[in-house]
Amino acid sequence: MDTWTRRKFLTASGVTAGAALAAGATAYSVDDLLGSSTEASRASEARTLVLVTLYGGNDGLGTVVPAWDRAYRDARPDLAYGEDEVLPLGEELGLNPSMKGFKKLWDKEHLAIVRGVSYPRPDHSHFRSMSIWQTGSPGSPASTGWLGRWLDVAGDPDPLRAVSVGATLPPLLAGEKTAGAAVQLGGLRLAKPWQQVCRELAQAQEGVHPLQARAAASLGDLTKVVGEFGAERETAQVDPGEPRDGGEDGADDGASAGGQGQLGAQLAVVAKAIKAGVPTRVFSVSLGGFDTHANEKNTQSRLLGEMDKALSGFLEEVRGKKVVVAVYSEFGRRVKANANQGTDHGTSGPVFVLGEPVKGGFYGDQPSLTKLKDDDLQTTTDFRDVYATLLERVLGTEPGEVLDGHERTLEFV
Amino acid sequence: MRGKRKGDEGAKKAYREAVRGQREALTIWWLDRMVATRRPWVEKRTLLWHDHWATSIQKVKSGQAMLAQNATLRRLGGGDFQAMARAMVKDPALMLWLDAAGNTAKAPNENLARELMELFVLGVGHYEEADVRQAAAALTGWAVDRKGEEWQPRFRPRQHADGAQTVLGTKTDFTAMALVDHLVEQPACPRHVASRLWARLVSAEDGPSEESLERIAASRDLTRMVRAILTDPAFSDSGSVLVKQPVEYVVGAMRALGVRPRELEKKQRRQLMRTLNGLGQVPFAPPNVGGWPHGAAWLTTAAAKVRIGFAQQLVRQADLGPIERTARGGRPEALARLLGVPEWSAATARVLDGAAKEPRRVTAIALTAPEYLVLA
Repeated sequence: MDTWTRRKFLTASGVTAGAALAAGATAYSVDDLLGSSTEASRASEARTLVLVTLYGGNDGLGTVVPAWDRAYRDARPDLAYGEDEVLPLGEELGLNPSMKGFKKLWDKEHLAIVRGVSYPRPDHSHFRSMSIWQTGSPGSPASTGWLGRWLDVAGDPDPLRAVSVGATLPPLLAGEKTAGAAVQLGGLRLAKPWQQVCRELAQAQEGVHPLQARAAASLGDLTKVVGEFGAERETAQVDPGEPRDGGEDGADDGASAGGQGQLGAQLAVVAKAIKAGVPTRVFSVSLGGFDTHANEKNTQSRLLGEMDKALSGFLEEVRGKKVVVAVYSEFGRRVKANANQGTDHGTSGPVFVLGEPVKGGFYGDQPSLTKLKDDDLQTTTDFRDVYATLLERVLGTEPGEVLDGHERTLEFV
Repeated sequence: MRGKRKGDEGAKKAYREAVRGQREALTIWWLDRMVATRRPWVEKRTLLWHDHWATSIQKVKSGQAMLAQNATLRRLGGGDFQAMARAMVKDPALMLWLDAAGNTAKAPNENLARELMELFVLGVGHYEEADVRQAAAALTGWAVDRKGEEWQPRFRPRQHADGAQTVLGTKTDFTAMALVDHLVEQPACPRHVASRLWARLVSAEDGPSEESLERIAASRDLTRMVRAILTDPAFSDSGSVLVKQPVEYVVGAMRALGVRPRELEKKQRRQLMRTLNGLGQVPFAPPNVGGWPHGAAWLTTAAAKVRIGFAQQLVRQADLGPIERTARGGRPEALARLLGVPEWSAATARVLDGAAKEPRRVTAIALTAPEYLVLA
């Protein structure tokens, strides 16, 4: 039996980065995390949000497939799925054949599909578009993430209310005053004499540069993490350069836009944490590889299959815990295929919202395949409508305070 | 290696093993070169350009092609940026990484054209979406010939989009080289390149003043640019601090202690690869086309743990003669000189004094001290 207690989970939390650090403030130490969290309690009716970021730009038309639309087959003859291949949803749409778990959730009305989601004047740069999605600020560049601002507004400076699973903190969890915590997969061990050395090296020095102070603090925080984690087994890190499993031609074709693998392992940490009753209300996890400029069909189908399996299993694990999962990517892709059996950067795409509290069905209109704008799909749903709904109905916060006055919500929760 | 049958598990495994082996050999080769070289700046510069034109073997899957790209970046890293940009647009590894191979008139693939503008030459805000699409059209027809041992860029005229393209206000029938020249001639180009160099050489947090930027970007010659940066007052300002990148940290420590990566045993080489992976920077495998993170991102608790493990191993592999021969009281000072640390803080000095009787231990502690993790 796994002894993953709440306290262990808390001490595994790494040090936060993000806006709070960039502004010159000291990042949270593990002590802060422990001190502010062990006292925290949460109402049993509170819902938890799990945000899944698909890095690289997931092709919406290969995910929620307009298989019955002639214009779809004409635009991408080599990539198109047939009517009999997709998992039918109604309204002449079907799910990618690899998404069998999602289809089951759809049939149980626990899956909402919000269609045509993007922001005004879509940007085709991965880095710029992801930044807009993560800051929730389409007009002007912002230094805070939308969930970081939720932390700020909540007024409780507890970074463990929002946790990212992975080595670094995504911008979406960085607020002005508070930033979420990053939790590594796997534990840490360190021999006793070294723990003493680290504590001594970490002693605060007057007048040193903030980066050197940060270097010292990382040693101090390490002793606190390993102090609690002495017996935990270490898990091998994911190697970014390792040719991925199933390394047949095309398996890494979507890799140049980054993101991490092992969604299942990340969600296992989240499930353990939720079952241990941590005070965390928001978890952020991610899956990379969706930049399918070439050989899209195999790559995307493999990734969607991984996501489907990981999320269906996860929801099974946290049944009855009032968990809502939302899945988004920085953009969809161009309607017309390119010559590598892939697609280039596009605009709007579907957002999935799933879980027991969710009211299943379609929300927003399916963008037309014939009324394109500069060869791209039009936007039918503003992404802030989705965020506002999650803020209001899952996190219980006034959306306008976080989204610069945007208050329109949808009915999917 | 291509054209394997699906389900042929043995061949797949052998293929993965071969790529893994190539990657390790390549990484150890470069680390060894960085440790042994008498011209460390050339290697640092090459790493910097690798970060700029970030290409990963994870997708390229050819040690040959990655090595060829590395040689190009080393050869052209100190000359006119135009020559480097021209070479990189036809670099087979970069072309494959950004899917140039299948960019045809009938169905252009924009990946290379977009990153050329956004990341490599101009920077965000200095071009429009239409410029990307037109530039992609200008690059159509260029593919990688992967038949021979050495990959070659190859132009297929029949796949090239005929007619003129309009890029940044100029309408002409661009060749790939004419496109690169046109981009490089934009005033935004030297400013973008200068800003990227600044972030790596002066400060990742604070950009250059407008005055400094203008002075540095006055030339497209990369050696002149670097000279302008190194003579900028901000470069010697004590407020400009850089966190050492993991590769710089590991190579610097090995150089100081005289440990050559290629002389390590197989097991130790694997360990070195794991160290770099744990610290978050494996050469030839950047996380995405935007390159590695910078600054405080390297200073996590997980990285602190990995550095301690690395330091403990390194002191067992190193010849610590110079430290052993120094009297106990002088060892912290000798280590500061050996490692290029201006001065130990009071806290560090206390810890080092306490461990000074054991050469290995005191050296390992010095390698993990906060002062050694930053370039002040």
